[in-house]
Amino acid sequence: MTTTSTKGPAAPPEQTGSPVLRRPHDERRLPWFHLVLTGLAGLLVAVALLAIFDSLSIPAAILLGFVLHLAFGYLYSRIREGRRWATDRLMTLVVIGAFAIAMFPLVSLLWAVIGRGLTRVLAAAPSPFAFWTTDMSGIIGGAEAGGVVHATIGTLLITLWASIISIPIGLFTAIFLVEYADQGWRRVLGQGVTFLVDVMTGIPSIVAGLFGLALFIAFMPDQSVRMGIMGAVALSLLMIPTVVRSSEEMLRLVPMDLREASYALGVPKWLTIVKVVLRTAIAGLTTGITLAIARVIGETAPLLLTVGMVTSVNWNMFDGRMATLPTFINQQYRAGSANCMNDTVTNPVTQEVYACSITTNIDRAWAAAFTLIVIVMVLNIVARLVSYYFSPKLTR
Amino acid sequence: MSTTDVTPKTPEATSPSMASSRRRMGDSVFSALSIGSGLLIFVTLALVAVFLTTESMPAVMESKEIIGDASAFSLLETTLPLIFGTILAAAIALAIAIPVSIGIALFISHYAPRRLASGLGYMIDLLAAVPSVVYGLWGGIWLVPKLEPLYLFLNSTLGTWPSWPGFVPFVGGEPVVALFAGDPTAPMRNLASAAIVLAVMILPIITAVAREIFLQTPRLQEEAALALGATRWETIRTVVLPFGKSGVVAASMLGLGRALGETMAVLMILAPGATFSFHILEVGMHQSIAANIASKQAEASGTDMSLLIFTGLVLFVLTFIINALARWIVARSGVKS
Repeated sequence: MTTTSTKGPAAPPEQTGSPVLRRPHDERRLPWFHLVLTGLAGLLVAVALLAIFDSLSIPAAILLGFVLHLAFGYLYSRIREGRRWATDRLMTLVVIGAFAIAMFPLVSLLWAVIGRGLTRVLAAAPSPFAFWTTDMSGIIGGAEAGGVVHATIGTLLITLWASIISIPIGLFTAIFLVEYADQGWRRVLGQGVTFLVDVMTGIPSIVAGLFGLALFIAFMPDQSVRMGIMGAVALSLLMIPTVVRSSEEMLRLVPMDLREASYALGVPKWLTIVKVVLRTAIAGLTTGITLAIARVIGETAPLLLTVGMVTSVNWNMFDGRMATLPTFINQQYRAGSANCMNDTVTNPVTQEVYACSITTNIDRAWAAAFTLIVIVMVLNIVARLVSYYFSPKLTR
Repeated sequence: MSTTDVTPKTPEATSPSMASSRRRMGDSVFSALSIGSGLLIFVTLALVAVFLTTESMPAVMESKEIIGDASAFSLLETTLPLIFGTILAAAIALAIAIPVSIGIALFISHYAPRRLASGLGYMIDLLAAVPSVVYGLWGGIWLVPKLEPLYLFLNSTLGTWPSWPGFVPFVGGEPVVALFAGDPTAPMRNLASAAIVLAVMILPIITAVAREIFLQTPRLQEEAALALGATRWETIRTVVLPFGKSGVVAASMLGLGRALGETMAVLMILAPGATFSFHILEVGMHQSIAANIASKQAEASGTDMSLLIFTGLVLFVLTFIINALARWIVARSGVKS
């Protein structure tokens, strides 16, 4: 940051009429290592203070050190450079600090999920990665076994159905907004749709879940009915607006010349849209839709209300409850620590013997979180790669 | 644009009428599908409103406020603490997130080297990609124990020391900073922890819009400020921030809408209660609408379910108003995001 100081403007004369143009007290002139020195001083004083109060820890030292650095750096610069440059330096540090604060949760979250989740996935009994190939049937108490294959299949199925519902609706709505809502009543309708899509973007996920639930229990005799398709409907309520938004943006990027060229060749409008507009925008559309899927795949609250939880794989979207990764994480987290009377637990029905672990539920929650994050990140990376490699090179 | 003008001109030698009618049919099917999808959005939202309203009616009809029976449950007494908890959590989350987001947005738009800026923006977007249930897990297991010393420190200093003198009515003897007062007990499953995780979750939303509008600051104005001898901070304070003010307000309201409706972070971190307490460090005092629905839905049926749906309707209306206001401000200020 400080290396750009040479490019900084010369200090203006503060007092008019003063013969001295460059006042020595109002000039940016501290070389960069002075800031490092004040930073080190802040850190040292922080460590000393924390040691005196007997609460020394690395995060506390960094936090207090940063605050002290702000104070020391400001005072030092104030003495050497004057008020204006001291404020400038202070705000630079504050802004960098804000960014560091935002990085802290991201790094610590990924660290915790990878550290604890990957450990559990690799250490799964009976073989590594068994966590991804077994389900939870027959797992009792603190048994250190079980996996998420049922939850993963549930998540993928429900997301697939949500996509089957949302992508056509979202895509056609975007086509309507870009290609058809140009004049007359369709223009008015288009404005209404744009507004409502904005409203839908803001629907809380739990309300989407309530809608999915209320919609089905209104027509079902059994009030406690829970099915995969209910979750898919609830999720599509959240997915449609994101698909519309991103697709609309992409379709608007297609140059008007291409459409006009197609019309001039006598191609009807619908074929122009299919063969020219959609084909030009396909990379952007794929990226937007993939990101929408990535966003919706981690939704928990709607599924909590609509699909319930089971311990084994359920392939049928229209009958019976389903397990999903997000609700599985929540369930295992709520179960908390398990009771372990002995080193092993035995399933009274199957007589299978498992090692017992107090933390088994929490470990499974972390491992499932790791699985979910891997899926989300893969989707995100695929989206970026598609947009990077397959975007048409338009001159803009 | 109208296709009927185009089709007769096509050089179709064999039966042009059949070809054109086929094309016209393709066109009408396609436009019907598009317009139908647009209408479906209307229908869906209408369905949401209708179903939430009709399904919540039983609770409203059986409540004390309507039938006047003292033994019936009170709609207000059950809903108001939830609304209070929801708004308090969202407000604290915003108070944390707004300054940090502005800092991040400024860092990316004006401080970071140009080549790094987009990569750093992507890092912030990654925060938005993490599922909320993972935030809940992280907050509940990892973060809550880490925050304990901070809470105890705040509670023993700001939460006790400056107190109103005894002769002041109502608040005499109470600490001035009521937020940190009370009796926090481990584990710190309190509103403050939930609000901190909420703040992390809304950071990327606010940052994205704020960054966008900061980048739209007229370059000439910034250069003019620099040419007048302003430091970088003075340029930001006098040119960038005034220009981006309405955008930041709108971004904050979008973040508020998200914080109000967020379920999992609150559900997994907060130990619930139903009071109007401002003591955010105390455990078991607050609950939010969304987390309340999620925690009670499994056992609820009949009137209880109807009551939950009613609170959901309240939340829907609340976020609808906030979001509409935000969009209006965005549209007025002309941010393209």
